[in-house]
Amino acid sequence: MNIYVLLKRTFDTEEKITISSGKINEDGAEFIINPYDEYAVEEAIQVRDAHGGEVTVVSVGSEEGEKQLRTALAMGADKAVLINTEDDLEEGDQFTTSKILAEYLKDKEADLILAGNVAIDGGSGQVGPRVADLLDIPYITTITKLEIDGTNVSVVRDVEGDSEVIETSLPLLVTAQQGLNEPRYPSLPGIMKAKKKPLDELELDDLDLDEDDVEPKTKTIEVYLPPKKEAGRILEGELQDQVKELVQLLHNEAKVV
Amino acid sequence: MSRKVLVLGEVRDQSLRNVTFEAIAAAKQAAEGGEVVGLLIGDSVSALSGELIHFGADRVLTVEHDLLKQYTSDGFSQALMAAVDAESPDGIILGHTALGKDLAPKIAAKLQSGLISDVTQIEEAGGNIVFTRPIYSGKAFEKKIVTDGLIFATIRPNNIAPLEKDETRSGETSALSVDIKDLRSIIKEVVRKASEGVDLSEAKVVIAGGRGVKSEDGFEPLKELAQVLNGAIGASRGACDAEYCDYSLQIGQTGKVVTPDLYIACGISGAIQHLAGMSNSKVIVAINKDPEANIFKVADYGIVGDLFEVVPMLTEEFKKILVNA
Repeated sequence: MNIYVLLKRTFDTEEKITISSGKINEDGAEFIINPYDEYAVEEAIQVRDAHGGEVTVVSVGSEEGEKQLRTALAMGADKAVLINTEDDLEEGDQFTTSKILAEYLKDKEADLILAGNVAIDGGSGQVGPRVADLLDIPYITTITKLEIDGTNVSVVRDVEGDSEVIETSLPLLVTAQQGLNEPRYPSLPGIMKAKKKPLDELELDDLDLDEDDVEPKTKTIEVYLPPKKEAGRILEGELQDQVKELVQLLHNEAKVV
Repeated sequence: MSRKVLVLGEVRDQSLRNVTFEAIAAAKQAAEGGEVVGLLIGDSVSALSGELIHFGADRVLTVEHDLLKQYTSDGFSQALMAAVDAESPDGIILGHTALGKDLAPKIAAKLQSGLISDVTQIEEAGGNIVFTRPIYSGKAFEKKIVTDGLIFATIRPNNIAPLEKDETRSGETSALSVDIKDLRSIIKEVVRKASEGVDLSEAKVVIAGGRGVKSEDGFEPLKELAQVLNGAIGASRGACDAEYCDYSLQIGQTGKVVTPDLYIACGISGAIQHLAGMSNSKVIVAINKDPEANIFKVADYGIVGDLFEVVPMLTEEFKKILVNA
């Protein structure tokens, strides 16, 4: 089976966010594989181990994404491709990224494409479904279970807490939700092997794209931190009085009840 | 510049979800005096068209078909694209719900347009429609504009106020006939887990429990409080991992993101991943035995104490004022 994973390099969840000259400050920040993409990598490896084939992990971004791609290779993916847009693009949006990925994938005859359902930095959750539509294949988002039998696929989809059992077929794109699996940690032999696995680097030129083809349709005009919350009030006194006070505050001051 | 903006109404259990009315309000702003066209897609939805108009839509378009009884991206995209072809709108607004998140990117790909997801505020500034949205799990915000083509956005429930319902408003409803075909996926079964009580993502009040609730039964006092306040029950990942409740209740980075008017955190320590799912709530109350718990840092009001003592007292006090109100 020909399996592809769409992977994004993101800020570590625990990082404190600061802003300098109108942008999120990346200096010294830890970067990781977007956690939802990690589920996608793990699932791809499991599908390959069960059905045979090859897992290729693809990322769009800068050279620095190499590190996260190596981690995916160390987990067990077979090949990695970095589409480096650093020199060609100043800005991009989901239109940009999905067009680049679709252009790369269009002649790859992928049976299964996996991605995270959302990236924890930008949080738009658009790229997976967009790529599927551009490739004219079906997609199922936020899946928690994937079963493949020949070209028949049974998927469980999380829909705001409810579950849908869906039947569809390959070729298919799915996006991973928490609960799909428990991503493995790269093993030491895995890390050693990963160093020798192929990691190709492409630029827009290699995909016969130029800047104008992928020009973003939206633009960020401002990035800011939420106003710092004033320290809350810890109530004091007898518990019964605290409760009474709280109810009054919520009713009369905050007016939310 | 006045625009024609299309709003997809979202139907759940034969009624419109609140986010639909919020989307109409957002569409009114984006339309800048232009027309807001409501769109209903389903097997039998035209009875709901009046409500769209009462909440501000100028007229309504319906697409009804047996294959649209349940949402599928193939079925609904055919219906929505037919409406786009018929109306040539300048903008499209949907809720940032399971449906909107799944459908909107497909439509954006088809129209080769931008899409601004998970919008919490919309305003006109400097000749542009400016959308505000949280990034980095709510730790920062960005303002975005559309630079080319369609104004297309999904809005986060509970953030944009709906217009006042006006039952004297009237408008035309017309049916669009679409031949829905070639669905590539079929929903075999729907397992409802989250459907009890108030919809968590749209609730005005959320009572959430953490590891401090100690057991499945430990959620009972929270449920009683939720009932009095017409709220929904939520949980931290810790409570879900410990099997005190179903994962459908999980609030946080990997669960649901909620922005109710009132969030009462009971026995929740306040891990950063949990805060990502609730820190934009309007008022946060923390109840925790540990005065050092992180949750107190984001709380507007805190009570240091045992939730099993505090929560029942709260329920009784709220009952008193709500009876008097």
